[in-house]
Amino acid sequence: MYAFVTGPLAWLAFGIFFIGLIYRAVWYIRGLDWKADRVAYTEYPSYGFRGAVRSIFFWLIPFGTRSWRFYPGMTILFFVFHIGLLFTPVFLRAHNMILAERWGFSLPVISDTTADFLTIIVLAAAVFIILRRIALPEVRNLTTAYDILLIVITAAPFLTGLFAYHHIGNYQFWLIVHILSGEIWLIAIPFTKLSHFLLFFMSRAQLGMDYGIKRGGMKSKGLAW
Amino acid sequence: MAEGILCNKSPINTKEELYALLNDKSGKQYYQQMKDLEVDGDALWATIQKSMKSRLKTWLEICAHCGMCADSCFLYLANDKDPKQVPSYKIQSTLGEIVKRKGQVDNEFMRHVMDVAWSQCTCCNRCGMYCPFGIDMGVMFSYLRGLCFTQGFVPWEMKIGSGMHRVFRAQMDVTSEDWVDTCEWMAEEYEDDWPGLTIPVDKEDADIIYTVNAREPKHYPEDLAEAAILFHLAGENWTVPSEGWEETSLAMFAGDWEGCKLQVESVYDAIIRLRPKRMVVTECGHAYRATVIEGPYWTGRKSGQPPVETLHYVEWVAEALRTGKIKIDPAKKIKEPVTYQDSCNYIRNAGLGDIAREIMSYIAEDFREMKPNREHNFCCGGGGGFNGIGCYREQRNKGLIVKRDQILETGAKLVISPCHNCWDAIRDLEEVFKIGIRWSFLKPLLIEMAIVPEHLKVQEEEEEA
Ligand code: HEM
Ligand code: HEM
Repeated sequence: MYAFVTGPLAWLAFGIFFIGLIYRAVWYIRGLDWKADRVAYTEYPSYGFRGAVRSIFFWLIPFGTRSWRFYPGMTILFFVFHIGLLFTPVFLRAHNMILAERWGFSLPVISDTTADFLTIIVLAAAVFIILRRIALPEVRNLTTAYDILLIVITAAPFLTGLFAYHHIGNYQFWLIVHILSGEIWLIAIPFTKLSHFLLFFMSRAQLGMDYGIKRGGMKSKGLAW
Repeated sequence: MAEGILCNKSPINTKEELYALLNDKSGKQYYQQMKDLEVDGDALWATIQKSMKSRLKTWLEICAHCGMCADSCFLYLANDKDPKQVPSYKIQSTLGEIVKRKGQVDNEFMRHVMDVAWSQCTCCNRCGMYCPFGIDMGVMFSYLRGLCFTQGFVPWEMKIGSGMHRVFRAQMDVTSEDWVDTCEWMAEEYEDDWPGLTIPVDKEDADIIYTVNAREPKHYPEDLAEAAILFHLAGENWTVPSEGWEETSLAMFAGDWEGCKLQVESVYDAIIRLRPKRMVVTECGHAYRATVIEGPYWTGRKSGQPPVETLHYVEWVAEALRTGKIKIDPAKKIKEPVTYQDSCNYIRNAGLGDIAREIMSYIAEDFREMKPNREHNFCCGGGGGFNGIGCYREQRNKGLIVKRDQILETGAKLVISPCHNCWDAIRDLEEVFKIGIRWSFLKPLLIEMAIVPEHLKVQEEEEEA
């Protein structure tokens, strides 16, 4: 079983993840239409580039935009959740050991204590994100079961990884479940709105170009995000 | 397909159809017929498949439902934070639903969509600035209005407005002759006070071609005279076209993209015919948005620019004051507290926030900013056609309270509003809430403050001689 989930199934999951994301990127860019979108994307490369970079940059900085400052609680939740989400699996010692074993290389790693800490933080943030969805009427009204499912898919590898690492319950069982949940995580990204992993950058760049080229970027210092 | 005589899927292209609709007071029969208007779900779906590209599809799909757009929307705030007024909800439950059902929606649903599209969104585009993914729901609502238009689910006034543009190339029934007559009349009327004042029509190769909002010749002709006086004071070599003088676009508010194109082409044709060096647009926000920002795309201009460099009126004013073409008498500067209404269409959506501040620095001693301001300012409450739709008056009035409170907070009693829509909304706001404010375009204020050079003054002695 272990051989299967870390062998063919892992190949499949990573394959779908990468090919899916590439497909998404190509599909998005090919679907941009200067006339329908009413943005002269290619006519003013420097204004377009500046607009796109500004639009992404300010949103990647905690409290970097008016909106992030307006909702400080949400902003902290969001950044904590996402930093843990992206940072932990990539620099985890256990993952990099597998990487070294199979591919003969590895990335710098974080200590297991740090990993534990980040994992718990991600799980806590996920719980608060769900609570926020229930508590605030304007968010509750928007929330669908699908939104909750995606948070569960997102957080699952963290919970199962934690169980496996600390040998809580049956190690073999949790390890297999962890790997499966990690693979679901990877496969879900290109197929669901978790594709925002990539499309966040695309969509932000698009609106940035819209403002940079058409909606005032050529007559001002740039939109104050 | 069941369609009414007045309410149907065809746009208005003749005077007869237009006047028939106008004669149906408040659209009584029109809305009655709308209840029986059949939705052509297949056509709707075909339109969506053809026109909905990756940008819109992605926006609909990736919305995280995080609710961070909620407080960006003045209608959400004005309606006691009603969750049904959250921008994401509004678009997901209308456009999102139509897409999910592949266009197979019924009459009742489409009437609901119409209500949301015209009475719960003014397409001010503020929410797009607050969404982490950059989802601009104003753009989506504008697209949705276009879909509604193809199916005939359009508020009565908007259908008329679109018809006006198609028939008269103006948002009101002002013909070319009416317009030229008004220009002549205004020049004569003000000539005694301003010797040498003219409104040159169809002058070729002028430095400036000036274009307006049809409401000006129709209801406020003095505005045209004031523009002439300021060009006269500044010594500009300017002209107005006899045709293609109308910058506004109710067709844009209606979602009638073909009508938009026809209207804008009339202006571009005038530019090409008269070869001016630059164009200046009157104190109107959506006119500038339509003809200068969106228009080039409707007409397929790859550059995304109109045929000549174009200034919004505030840009021309700032330039005239900066370069000293018009000089302000320091003693006549505005002394009382004064605030400025940032129009969504040329501040947020065209980047002129600094220009507005520059003007205020020349003319006002106690300028008070609204909070928030510039590109983050709230819609006046009447944008996107909201002011003009009778059956949504109650919702519009409710929406005004955000602006009311913003103005009250500045402590200013004078609001400068170089945008027709904002100007109307603020006038109505005073009428409804009686908070004791005055409102003004820039033109009349500037004329009062400007130093009149000797050679342009009325020569009393000569008259006596
Ligand atoms: C797809 C293949 C994956 C494999 C083969 C794998 C394998 C492992 C292994 C072997 C461990 C260590 C358990 C132990 O100490 O014995 C682990 C821990 C962990 N994994 Fe994965 N993993 C995968 C995917 C993922 C993904 C996609 C994520 C996150 C999104 C993830 C997050 C974690 C975390 C957070 C821990 C450690 C928790 C802690 O230290 O407290 N893993 N994983
Ligand atoms: C560079 C990569 C990423 C960026 C820039 C990013 C950005 C965002 C943004 C802007 C939001 C919406 C705002 C919010 O809800 O606070 C969001 C929400 C979310 N993201 Fe990401 N994300 C990234 C990667 C990921 C990944 C890899 C996953 C998991 C597979 C993920 C899972 C989620 C979830 C579950 C939410 C919803 C939170 C909620 O329910 O409110 N994100 N992300």
